[in-house]
Amino acid sequence: MPANGAPTKITQGSQTKGGIGESTLRPDGTLKVTGEFAYSSDMWHEDMLWGQILRSTVAHAEIVSIDTSEALATAGVYAVMTYDDLPAEVKHYGLEIQDTPVLAHGKVRHHGEPVALVAADHPETARRAAAKIKVEYRELPVITDEASATAPGAVLVHENRTDHHAGHVPHPNIVHRQPIIRGNAAEAAERADFVVTGDYYFGMQDQAFLGPESGLAVPEEDGGVHLYIATQWLHSDLRQIAPVLGLPEDKVRMTLAGVGGAFGGREDLSMQIHACLLALRTGKPVKIVYNRFESFFGHVHRHPARLHYEHGATKDGKLTHVKCRIVLDGGAYASASPAVVGNASSLSIGPYEVDDVEIEAIALYSNNPPCGAMRGFGAVQACFAYEAQMDKLADAVGMDRVEFRQLNAMSQGTIMPTGQPVDSPAPVAELLRRVKAMPMPPERQWESSEGPDVRQLPGGLSNTTHGEGVVRGVGYAVGIKNVGFSEGFDDYSTAKVRMEVVGGEPVATVHTAMAEVGQGGVTVHAQIARTELGVAQVTIHPADTQVGSAGSTSASRQTYVTGGAVKNACELVRERVLEIGRRKFGTYHPAWATAELLLEGGKVVTDGGEVLADLVDVLEGEAVEVEEEWRHRPTEPFDLRTGQGNGHVQYSFAAHRAVVEVDTELGLVKVVELACAQDVGKALNPLSVIGQIQGGTTQGLGIAVMEEIIVDPQTAKVRNPSFTDYLLPTILDTPTIPVDVLELADEHAPYGLRGIGEAPTLSSTPAVLAAIRNATGLELPRTPVRPEHLTGKA
Amino acid sequence: MRVNFTVNGRPQEADDVWEGESLLYVLRERLGLPGSKNACEQGECGSCTVRLDGVPVCACLVAAGQAEGREVVTVEGLAEYARQRACGTDACGTKSASLDEAGRRQAQGTDSQTGEGTELSPVQQAFIDAGAVQCGFCTPGLLVAADEMLERNPNPTDADIREALSGNLCRCTGYEKIMDAVRLAAARQSEGV
Repeated sequence: MPANGAPTKITQGSQTKGGIGESTLRPDGTLKVTGEFAYSSDMWHEDMLWGQILRSTVAHAEIVSIDTSEALATAGVYAVMTYDDLPAEVKHYGLEIQDTPVLAHGKVRHHGEPVALVAADHPETARRAAAKIKVEYRELPVITDEASATAPGAVLVHENRTDHHAGHVPHPNIVHRQPIIRGNAAEAAERADFVVTGDYYFGMQDQAFLGPESGLAVPEEDGGVHLYIATQWLHSDLRQIAPVLGLPEDKVRMTLAGVGGAFGGREDLSMQIHACLLALRTGKPVKIVYNRFESFFGHVHRHPARLHYEHGATKDGKLTHVKCRIVLDGGAYASASPAVVGNASSLSIGPYEVDDVEIEAIALYSNNPPCGAMRGFGAVQACFAYEAQMDKLADAVGMDRVEFRQLNAMSQGTIMPTGQPVDSPAPVAELLRRVKAMPMPPERQWESSEGPDVRQLPGGLSNTTHGEGVVRGVGYAVGIKNVGFSEGFDDYSTAKVRMEVVGGEPVATVHTAMAEVGQGGVTVHAQIARTELGVAQVTIHPADTQVGSAGSTSASRQTYVTGGAVKNACELVRERVLEIGRRKFGTYHPAWATAELLLEGGKVVTDGGEVLADLVDVLEGEAVEVEEEWRHRPTEPFDLRTGQGNGHVQYSFAAHRAVVEVDTELGLVKVVELACAQDVGKALNPLSVIGQIQGGTTQGLGIAVMEEIIVDPQTAKVRNPSFTDYLLPTILDTPTIPVDVLELADEHAPYGLRGIGEAPTLSSTPAVLAAIRNATGLELPRTPVRPEHLTGKA
Repeated sequence: MRVNFTVNGRPQEADDVWEGESLLYVLRERLGLPGSKNACEQGECGSCTVRLDGVPVCACLVAAGQAEGREVVTVEGLAEYARQRACGTDACGTKSASLDEAGRRQAQGTDSQTGEGTELSPVQQAFIDAGAVQCGFCTPGLLVAADEMLERNPNPTDADIREALSGNLCRCTGYEKIMDAVRLAAARQSEGV
């Protein structure tokens, strides 16, 4: 309470509506519900052509010959291009390692690799012409796992590697290896009264964003090209596209088209370069839209992983040590594999206190589909395994599984296996307490006065049970995810903020290159500008490369980093506006010089609430604009031998409780409820925060019980590239997802917020698996679980 | 071939249609109505759901020629369709749907500031209010499907909603906000809001 009846001090933005902390609605909502929002596949241009990519039909082969003559002779075809037609010296690209050919050169390394391009006046003409290109392959042996990758005399997926990991990996078919050694796991193991080991397998998951890879490349009069594209990071695309086109970056203009989801699958390039090449070759606008079949070949997937763990504990339940080895299959090209290795290793023991650890993570080069970024990024696979281990160990010790986790839970001050202290709240035990305290869904919910409602039973409308053989199980899990790009990466963002009077009202315009992929960044940017500038009207400028890089919409980082950049630019604008005000009006009122000044409700006010001027008068005849880069705290690389280093910016935590019902006779699973508790630091938009948590939870459910790309182990060919055979959770498969949001501020982050997008994807999967194990008593060391794993008929 | 059919109450003619083209392709690429989405083109995701003579169908699985002489309603016409249903076909004045605007669509960046003041159907408004829209790619198909269900079943149970929308995939939301939106639309409809 303020003393002596002094007026309550107000803080910047607290009096302005639509600011941070409110569930304001999306600025693009109306366009999205009326069908007018222009996604990348909706782009259209007078006189445009359609591009088509011919992809390899085999996984690993030398290309003996390519005959394009029949395709070129097809009516309606404007261009056919192969490797030989590439215009520049640079013919490869890649996020970290430039190992990916724009078009195959002499060799293909995975099923579905781009070999040739066609542009034609109708998409079907382009498809048929592509089918007329004759490619002769001489097949090579396929590398499909660690054994074949490192066998004596193994074929090298990439010969003559010169990348920065080549020097330290134990074999050229290993992209990157990160060990982490802290304490002495062997000695600590001697103190263990109980030791449990396990071997786990995590299947290959697809991001399955609904908006297919697509875009429109328009050639420009200056010899450049303008690309309208769905991506996660415009400037990263630009950096990779321009060199292979042989153009300087300022001749490749990029505008973000509407993005139909991403989840990591748009970090790598897909059709960007191909569309630009065809547009520059033909001099006409070229549109490329993958269909779903092609989309399964056109982007990287989540790394499948084999994980070996050993955990020990004393008889009073304290963890003694953890040893683990994680083998991620990176497929034919590096993509984000090195960073995924860094995450998998550094987060491999989960949100627990253990001083003695011995960790190794590697990613393979193989002839399987390339794998890279997907929501959770290496932390997902580890969480599945360490949480299964924690259940096993709790059972061995004879403790309650949740209490055992709480006893070993990390907290603020804990030292990570990398030696990095956790210097903000880490409420792991509290999240477990909260999720356990949530009310349980009633038993036998399917019963009604009119008989069983089969829609709520395993098997659903297939009407396979009326409750016979149905057993309920409950499982818990908790996870830890890093926020932001790690390991010393310069992870900055840029925001340009302009304030001026438009139509008699003060208006702020926020311009960033942030890719809005559905997460709601555009909503949050407007909220931040309202809070920091005290205005009602905020315009979000379309994202493009006319402003500095925003970094990637990845790693749960955009609200933190680009949100931080917007906040910072707004603060600088506010200072400039107040300077103008002092100059214009300072002589009329002493408070201009002496009081703390705020912008509220379109006015300059003192922190006591006294109005000094209208912003309209301050800004009359003047516009204020600031473009500024913003950085979070720097991070360090992990030491290549010991894994030590302050590698991460921030950590994010979520816990889940899964309730499942299993038809034990048919092996069918119904997830009844998937409750989540998550610490978000500060919910800038509570509605969006809950939407992110529920969406992430559901992707975790998918890889628990249905989603998996099946790759033939003999041929390395993808067997289920369709939504008919790759199963996504429908609204019938998805349970209610009650969410408990905790807000413990991280003092290092803007507004104390914590990146939230990924953490719920981690613990969802192991919670569901734990619940199925609880219902069936089976070990279930692999995910996803299929009916044959539950009926013993596998 | 030439195909004649009615879209959102307006007669349309598409020329030079190749026989293999889907209704979805003709709507999106020939008639300038890209609101119906192309997430799978395999009839599995429901993002292209339109009404064909009142029946919800996947437009990607309907050959364009099959639409000859029939009536199609897409997400672009949903607000007007719902408005006419709500007040009876003749009781209300006709307001032209924004076909012309949609037809003029050119390559442009996403402008997040337009669309204010647009008249929406109850289910469209509920999707916005409940936070059921994230990336929004599933939204048009879900709206058409949800609107059709509420037409048949104004007071659905949760199980009814899940059954009716089980042909529409969403990858962003986890469906919880979509459930909220449909419940909200049903409640507002029954209150006459």
